[in-house]
Amino acid sequence: MTEPLLSVRDLRTWFYTEAGIARSVDGVSFDVGAGETVGIVGESGCGKSVTALSILRLIQPPGRIEPGSVIEFEGRDIVTLDDHAMRDIRGNRISMIFQEPMSALNPVFTVGDQVAEVARVHGDMSRGDAWKRAVEMLAMTGIPDADVRARQYPHQLSGGMRQRVLIAMALMMKPALVIADEPTTALDVTIQAQILELLVDLQKKIGTSILMITHDLGVIAETTSRVIVMYAGEIVEETSVDELFARPHHPYTEGLIGSMPHIGHDKDRLNVIPGTVPAPTDWPHGCRFRDRCPYSWDLCAREHPPLYEIGSRAHVSRCHLAIEPERRNHPHPPIVVQEGVAAA
Amino acid sequence: MNGVQPLVSVRNLRKEFPIKKGVFARQVGSVKAVNDVSLDVARGETLGVVGESGCGKTTTGRTILRLLEPTSGEIMFEGRDVRAMNTSELRALRREMQIIFQDPVSSLNPRMTVGAIIREGLTIHKLAEGAAADARVRQLLQEVGLRAEYSNRYPHEFSGGQRQRIGIARALSVEPKFIVCDEPVSALDVSVQAQVINLLEDLQREHNLTYMFIAHDLSVVEHIADRVAVMYLGKVVELATSEDLYGTPLMPYTQALLSAVPVADPKARKERIILQGDVPSPANPPSGCVFHPRCHHPAKDAACAAIVPPLEEKSPGHFVACIKQPPTTVSWEQQKQAGGVHPPERYLPLAALHA
Repeated sequence: MTEPLLSVRDLRTWFYTEAGIARSVDGVSFDVGAGETVGIVGESGCGKSVTALSILRLIQPPGRIEPGSVIEFEGRDIVTLDDHAMRDIRGNRISMIFQEPMSALNPVFTVGDQVAEVARVHGDMSRGDAWKRAVEMLAMTGIPDADVRARQYPHQLSGGMRQRVLIAMALMMKPALVIADEPTTALDVTIQAQILELLVDLQKKIGTSILMITHDLGVIAETTSRVIVMYAGEIVEETSVDELFARPHHPYTEGLIGSMPHIGHDKDRLNVIPGTVPAPTDWPHGCRFRDRCPYSWDLCAREHPPLYEIGSRAHVSRCHLAIEPERRNHPHPPIVVQEGVAAA
Repeated sequence: MNGVQPLVSVRNLRKEFPIKKGVFARQVGSVKAVNDVSLDVARGETLGVVGESGCGKTTTGRTILRLLEPTSGEIMFEGRDVRAMNTSELRALRREMQIIFQDPVSSLNPRMTVGAIIREGLTIHKLAEGAAADARVRQLLQEVGLRAEYSNRYPHEFSGGQRQRIGIARALSVEPKFIVCDEPVSALDVSVQAQVINLLEDLQREHNLTYMFIAHDLSVVEHIADRVAVMYLGKVVELATSEDLYGTPLMPYTQALLSAVPVADPKARKERIILQGDVPSPANPPSGCVFHPRCHHPAKDAACAAIVPPLEEKSPGHFVACIKQPPTTVSWEQQKQAGGVHPPERYLPLAALHA
């Protein structure tokens, strides 16, 4: 295997709040290869967005990336770079597409100016060249009459158009890595389909890697080749997208897939994961999913599970079931149900 | 509706919001948020209403409850004319019709305890007082899966899913017959969403409730609804049983909408209809069929831009507003007069959509 483009090792991003230390990202390691699309999926508070912001070093106090964390990108450790060098990477070699296209754009500049600004800051282009390139990029993202639209302000564009502007901005410098943080969550389903198709299409043209962060397993299935499932600040499962849906190993992944209604499937009761995600200031000892898990046993309380290999190195799962697989045949009501607080 | 009186019956409902301009706030136009909607909700059923932002689904729900005053049209609840009611009659009616809101944060008063929030309805409608009201609040909390002790806490102490349960307990407190669920699970995480959907289904069975379930998530609606209405630009463009609508969608817009849903199965390589452009402005909707500028039906022609398609029954219980999907009451002669060149033909690009 060749050197990965991005290599994250033992990333810990903690927030020093009044309520205690929130260990939002707590020992995360993964790689993204050149030209690859990797998905990170998980629910609110699992640490997926903080992971993304850490890679761009956009963590503000009271948060900080803990010493010992390594984020290696194109052979350099982002964690220890000085601010000047970081600015060279951010928006240039790594760019980001945010969830909310309205708040990510400046309302008092035209969208053309905002896209062109990227090239003027990073590409040393003249005003005229940058503008020309901006219009080209806007046209490439499927904005009709791009030269007219470039002279408009964000409020004059629809949500889908604004998301295209953000994509144009992110791809302006042909970055090696694009981090897309819930890029379609704020959009309607038909517009979402347009944007996802565009992203996949542009990736093929430009050859950039994408780190797709989402809570939507449908988006994961349609865009990524490898998936990382996060829960309570940790990676709980990582494997290829086909393997994840065919043979999910971690009980959380299993629950997540089971709790989604599917079109065309039976109308039985949905499976639920009882309880809620624990607070990041107070992750449980042992397995963090233990209270909500239908298979947990005493070992889960005693020992924090490592990432076990499931069959091959390409599939890992943070669950002790890997060593006692027969326990999967004997589910029990999870601890939260036994304690009568199932309905959290 | 086979002779049985529906619980809720809506005919030709319209709701327009004025667009005002200038110093004197002169009206220069109007947004036709709900544009000639007719539908029935049968007792005990769940009618799903789906559509994208701005299609008028929320406005329809709120207008039926008269939380918004309709511009015109008829709303009947158990045979009583809702629009003709005065304030006190309307207040009595609100006991029977309730709403669950999308945003569980802004729909609960942060200065009131959970107990006080749920109790308010009991007091207003004089259903219970004192110890009896306390007991009822405790019972309601348990019914929605929360602990009875929570009644002394404030909304901010709860997670999103728990707050939505509080909103459900509040709606249930007055023992309504009909509940408009306005995107009740959209703000929730997947696993919590499943908990709330199951709860809504259990409560419906136990209390014989009728739901109007408004949502933009098509898979959630398929799961919970018996019949589904698809809205686009203020109009109902297709109305059918959940099975028919998801199995054989006839309105081209529904076909596109269904094909756009990302499928959580990497093996399912399905056909996708990508709609071009955005939804037009409801202040200035297209002529004829409101969907025609984005339509992919191969028989689309000038007649679609000229004739407003009636919502007509294509097969038993399956209503569609499309003059190009046969059978249609708009004859080929009429279509030709309006400039039509392609006769209607059955078009089902997604026959095996989710097979």
